[in-house]
Amino acid sequence: MATDVKSKVGTGIGVAAILIWCLLPVAWIVSLSFKSQESVTNGSPGFFPSSGGGAGFSNYKDVLTDDAFGRSILNSIGISLIATILSVILATLTAYAVARLEFAGKKFVLTTALVIAMFPVVSLVGPLFDMWRTFGIYDTWPGLIIPYMSFTLPLAIWTLSAFFREIPWEMEQAAQVDGATSWQAFRKVIVPLAAPGVFTAAILTFFFAWNDFVFGISLTSTEAARPIPAALSFFVGADPFNRPASLLAAGAVVATVPIVILVLFFQRKIVAGLTAGAVKG
Amino acid sequence: MSTTATRKAAKAPASDRSKAESRLAFKLVAPAIALMLLVTAFPMLRALYLSLFSYSLTAPDDRTFVGLDNYWTALSDQLFWRDTGNTVLIMIVTVAFELVIGFAFAMVMHKLIFARGVIRTSILIPYGVITVVSGFAWQFAFSNTNGFVNSWLPFVGDDFNWFAEYPSSMIAIMASEIWKTTPFMALLLLAGLAQVSEDMIEAAKVDGASWWQRLWKVILPNMRSAIMVAVLFRALDAYRIFDNIFVMTAGANGTESISFLTYRQVIEQFQLGIGSALSVLLFLSVLVVAFVIVKVFRVNLADARQEG
Repeated sequence: MATDVKSKVGTGIGVAAILIWCLLPVAWIVSLSFKSQESVTNGSPGFFPSSGGGAGFSNYKDVLTDDAFGRSILNSIGISLIATILSVILATLTAYAVARLEFAGKKFVLTTALVIAMFPVVSLVGPLFDMWRTFGIYDTWPGLIIPYMSFTLPLAIWTLSAFFREIPWEMEQAAQVDGATSWQAFRKVIVPLAAPGVFTAAILTFFFAWNDFVFGISLTSTEAARPIPAALSFFVGADPFNRPASLLAAGAVVATVPIVILVLFFQRKIVAGLTAGAVKG
Repeated sequence: MSTTATRKAAKAPASDRSKAESRLAFKLVAPAIALMLLVTAFPMLRALYLSLFSYSLTAPDDRTFVGLDNYWTALSDQLFWRDTGNTVLIMIVTVAFELVIGFAFAMVMHKLIFARGVIRTSILIPYGVITVVSGFAWQFAFSNTNGFVNSWLPFVGDDFNWFAEYPSSMIAIMASEIWKTTPFMALLLLAGLAQVSEDMIEAAKVDGASWWQRLWKVILPNMRSAIMVAVLFRALDAYRIFDNIFVMTAGANGTESISFLTYRQVIEQFQLGIGSALSVLLFLSVLVVAFVIVKVFRVNLADARQEG
């Protein structure tokens, strides 16, 4: 009995700790976004906007009517979505082959994916900067979509291969016995079964693309393709010690909203996808 | 019954079928592999080539072959070693904190019967938040003009400037890094924890093992591979640290990481020659770190690749 109560109290404290850990900094950035710009310039220490220092939604209004930031939202959504869709299509084909077919070079595929997942991204910006300018795709959407695709492929391939291993493949065999080719069996039988896994891979891929910063600042130079993280970091001037904190906080909240929405609706799928690649199931 | 029969029947004329299977596999795999190599292997080879030249984009016509001079310049520069030291320090400290806190979180989540959805949702939020946003949130939190950290911490003066000196700047950077990535660690460890057999823990309990003994003798050894894979992934990710430093200090007070140094040479100063040499060195150092972790902790890479 006594230990039972103790462990319940312990779990309760643990839950509180997790909630504070996860939500306090988020609450802070939201709170900061409601501080007025004058109060921030004059210095307004403390967690909450001090009395009279609140700004209502004016920071949000300023951020959303800012042309550069508005454009960067559009860039981020467009680039991330396109990269996600293309990457998931390629990863689905690859994961199917890895999970299902026998072929020499399977090990090579998995090893390549593993190495690329751990690749130091910054070491590529120099040569890519050079190459993209030669190809004429520097500072364009494709210039970011291509690297986002190749760096999300490993995660997508792992997640999907893990999901594909769970699928009842007898159904595919049955289809093949009934005269379907490998390709037909794949398209008609497996795709519908695999859809939930594919969706999970898509969410994780989208997270990666939305989060990227290195490519975002290195391979763009104007508003034409600059995504949100890069736009935020360039928001005002280069002086990192004197930024319009509350305005940036509002921008940060706007950039976080899509992520929170995805997490709220699909938390179960995201957790399953994240852990699928790391632990043998 | 019938399945085995058809399988045997299909095996007999196998060679045609398996050749077709191989061909299909290559077709399915080719686009992804080609794309991954186009964006990594090819530029890396290009960097290897460019690193042998003195080459600046501000004077592209003055490109001259200098052999290994760029590497010599980089390796004999104290800046390179200072930044490598910073990077290794950040990697070790953040992964250690993430491992301990992440494990504690995983234990709590594992025990949890109520509010699982709420906790799972909350823990995914730091994971999903953009690193740049996390950097801003923590920079402003530590700020002595607009932050709350100074007034909440008992031993710190209200006007203490965290970003004025090296140790406190590093603490702020690592706080942001640890905050954002601990949830990922916790989720990986939770999955590992779920694989430890409850019967075994129960048996140890019946045999009189204390909570501490059960943790060290039963739970941890049985989730070893999950821990090692998590450490490997996180360590290599931490070694690439860039976003937080860019946003929070921009490398001021000697807080630069090796990624930041490379970025600065290539993108800000257009020094493609020396920048490429740094790129190659960064790549090699990641390989060394991966090799050391795999060797020291005897990580089974097949677990990470989920073969078997």
